[in-house]
Amino acid sequence: MRELFESTIERVLSDLCTSDLLREAESGEWPVALWRTLEDNGFPLAGAPEMVGGADACWSDLFVIIRALGRFVAPVPLAEMIVGNWLLEQSGLNARSDILSIASESNLTLVGARVSGELRQVPWGRFADSVVTLANDEAGQLNVVLLDVATAERVRQGTNIASEARDQLSFSSAAIVMSALLPAHLDGDVLLAAGAMVRSAQISGAINELLVMTASYAGERKQFGKPIAAFQAIQQQLAVLAEQAAAASVAAEAAFAGADQGIPTFSVAAAKISASDAASQAAAIGHSVHGAIGFTQEYALHNLTRRLWSWRSEFGSSTFWSKALGKHVCAAGAEGFWPMLTNPELQNLSITQK
Amino acid sequence: MSISEFSYSAIPADAEQLRAAVRAFLQDVLHDYPAEKRAYSWMGFDAEFSRLLGKKGWLGMALPKQYGGAEASPFSRYVIIEELLAAGAPVSAHWIADRQSAPLILRFGTEAQREKYLPSICRGESYFCIGMSEPNSGSDLASIRSTAKRANGGWVLDGQKVWTTNAQHSHYMIALMRTGDKETSGRHGGMSQFIIDLQTPGITIRPIADLAGGEHFNEVFFDSVQLGEDALIGEEGRGWDQVTAELAFERSGPERFLSSIAVIHTAIAAIGPHPDAFQAREIGKITARLLTLRNMSLGVTKQLSEGKNPAWAASCVKDLGNVLEQELPEILQGVVDEQPQVVGGSAHAKVLAYLTQMAPSFSLRGGTREILRGIIARGLGLR
Ligand SMILES: Cc1cc2nc3c(=O)[nH]c(=O)nc-3n(C[C@H](O)[C@H](O)[C@H](O)COP(=O)(O)OP(=O)(O)OC[C@H]3O[C@@H](n4cnc5c(N)ncnc54)[C@H](O)[C@@H]3O)c2cc1C
Repeated sequence: MRELFESTIERVLSDLCTSDLLREAESGEWPVALWRTLEDNGFPLAGAPEMVGGADACWSDLFVIIRALGRFVAPVPLAEMIVGNWLLEQSGLNARSDILSIASESNLTLVGARVSGELRQVPWGRFADSVVTLANDEAGQLNVVLLDVATAERVRQGTNIASEARDQLSFSSAAIVMSALLPAHLDGDVLLAAGAMVRSAQISGAINELLVMTASYAGERKQFGKPIAAFQAIQQQLAVLAEQAAAASVAAEAAFAGADQGIPTFSVAAAKISASDAASQAAAIGHSVHGAIGFTQEYALHNLTRRLWSWRSEFGSSTFWSKALGKHVCAAGAEGFWPMLTNPELQNLSITQK
Repeated sequence: MSISEFSYSAIPADAEQLRAAVRAFLQDVLHDYPAEKRAYSWMGFDAEFSRLLGKKGWLGMALPKQYGGAEASPFSRYVIIEELLAAGAPVSAHWIADRQSAPLILRFGTEAQREKYLPSICRGESYFCIGMSEPNSGSDLASIRSTAKRANGGWVLDGQKVWTTNAQHSHYMIALMRTGDKETSGRHGGMSQFIIDLQTPGITIRPIADLAGGEHFNEVFFDSVQLGEDALIGEEGRGWDQVTAELAFERSGPERFLSSIAVIHTAIAAIGPHPDAFQAREIGKITARLLTLRNMSLGVTKQLSEGKNPAWAASCVKDLGNVLEQELPEILQGVVDEQPQVVGGSAHAKVLAYLTQMAPSFSLRGGTREILRGIIARGLGLR
């Protein structure tokens, strides 16, 4: 399944995610044709059970789809929708086929079947039909709720560095579409962790593409009578870029590999830290090697670097996750350090307690 | 080169199962082994300990049973060695033999050579050193001048090796020597590998003290050293290719990022269970880097187990790993208000003092940063 997913999504995205499409998306247009093609190929439901029309893919298979979304910087909430549908199914609710996003920053309260409060930084919020998030009920319990974006009292538009929509949605006693108690095997940080996991994979895809683009540019650009790739100083920078690409990719893949029994927050933390730090280094090297041309709007480098600068901060920055991980590790003490590193069963990191 | 070659590979359950036994053994044997000795990492020499490991069946594990091995997967060996390193066990005596000499002899040796050398490696009784570097040949290894010449049905060796770790304690050296003319055999031709019994007359070994006063590496002189026909290992003239294959084993293992783990342990203990924000951030980031390197290293182990020679991927692990190992004493001398101390001071202060001094060597031994990055650049098709 993995190979088929990867070849299909790469074909779709390399055909459709052109520089023109990205420019239109950044000016606020929804990429209708791209989304329809992704739907036609079943990607929004890839992780959902066959009963509801899904492909029942495990997280290791979904990894290659999400990494490709990063490689081609697709301006759609497909990664978010895969997470949202996964959470709905985990909670005994049915996956959706209309456009779905997620909100990890929520202060919603659920009273009866109505919610009030705010969702922040909702990826592609204004374009989504519905949003999955968590809400506290009157008994103080966390619920998975599905909200219709049209019921929001207000949508305040926001964008990240790459002009990707990151919106704020306010609800005032809005009727929910459906809800369920957050299942016992999941934590209140589930959407934050799942979001960080998919961003790590997207970052690794984008760094990979950055490496390919930068290495090939260095082979073509000539100065002092030879390709700049012939200069050792350039070679060494590209080697560091390759190391960072490898680190981000392996770290993200390891997190996905442990996700089928619930999001492995500890390895997600490691993945998001490694990927976010790799993003910073990779973007800097990409620009350094490209020279002035890479600083123009015309040249496609910024499609990658502006997203890397955004994604490294989303769903928790390197510093955010480092602090959480460090607190957890110190609490286990020196004796606990190595056993924890080598045994996923000892890792149970949690950002927000239920 | 494609980064997707670098994929995640979990440790299989049968290998993972060894962990509890080796951990319990180490807790028992090393229960009063102090932190400042654990900091020696794979530079700590203790022949008695190596023989104990041999008895446990934890040396040469991946070798065929007929030579004393366990025919275990490379992942089984991985579990054992990472536990040894994490505990700071004194593994230096057998380390090189187990890591690279044994696989090299198995792969390139004759049947007689395998039978002669491998069983005692598995018993933890026979130690090897690596004779590559010379006074005028460091990074530019192909420029070596020490020679082996055919004479009366055997070989005669002349020349000098330097920086040879553990030569003074080892039974054998596997050396790269010039056997052919550089002009006629090309830059990477005309070199061959030899297994040299270090008791042979004509060999002089002199320890060289390192900056902290330790004696780990040596200079080794060869003065008309007479060896038998069977000292040659592998094919005459193919020494370069053999060395290159050996280096992938040498560069991708957990000792390339765990050399400073002792200072993580002492730092966490010094910080205590309630870190401030700065301490938490530093410890968290270190944890993430370590976990990611381990996952990368396991990915390379998978490739090696499939018989591939992932030279660039191994170089990625070593270079990134060395950066971490070197930064650890730098970062962790800043997380608590304690200064490094050689004599006196806390465990953390002593470990800091030792590793601060050792750190520069981490990116020299086994190939320098610039050389590794050059190999990666070649993998990228840039040279
Ligand atoms: C603790 C320790 C243990 C060792 N153990 C062994 C051992 O057991 N057996 C053994 O054979 N050797 C051993 N070595 C030697 C080690 O392999 C060499 O130190 C290493 O290969 C570098 O060689 P060099 O020290 O001569 O430095 P040089 O090669 O002189 O390098 C000096 C500097 O120049 C740079 N440089 C060199 N060439 C280039 C180039 N083409 N492009 C860019 N920069 C370049 C290097 O990267 C480095 O920064 C050990 C070294 C140490 C420190």
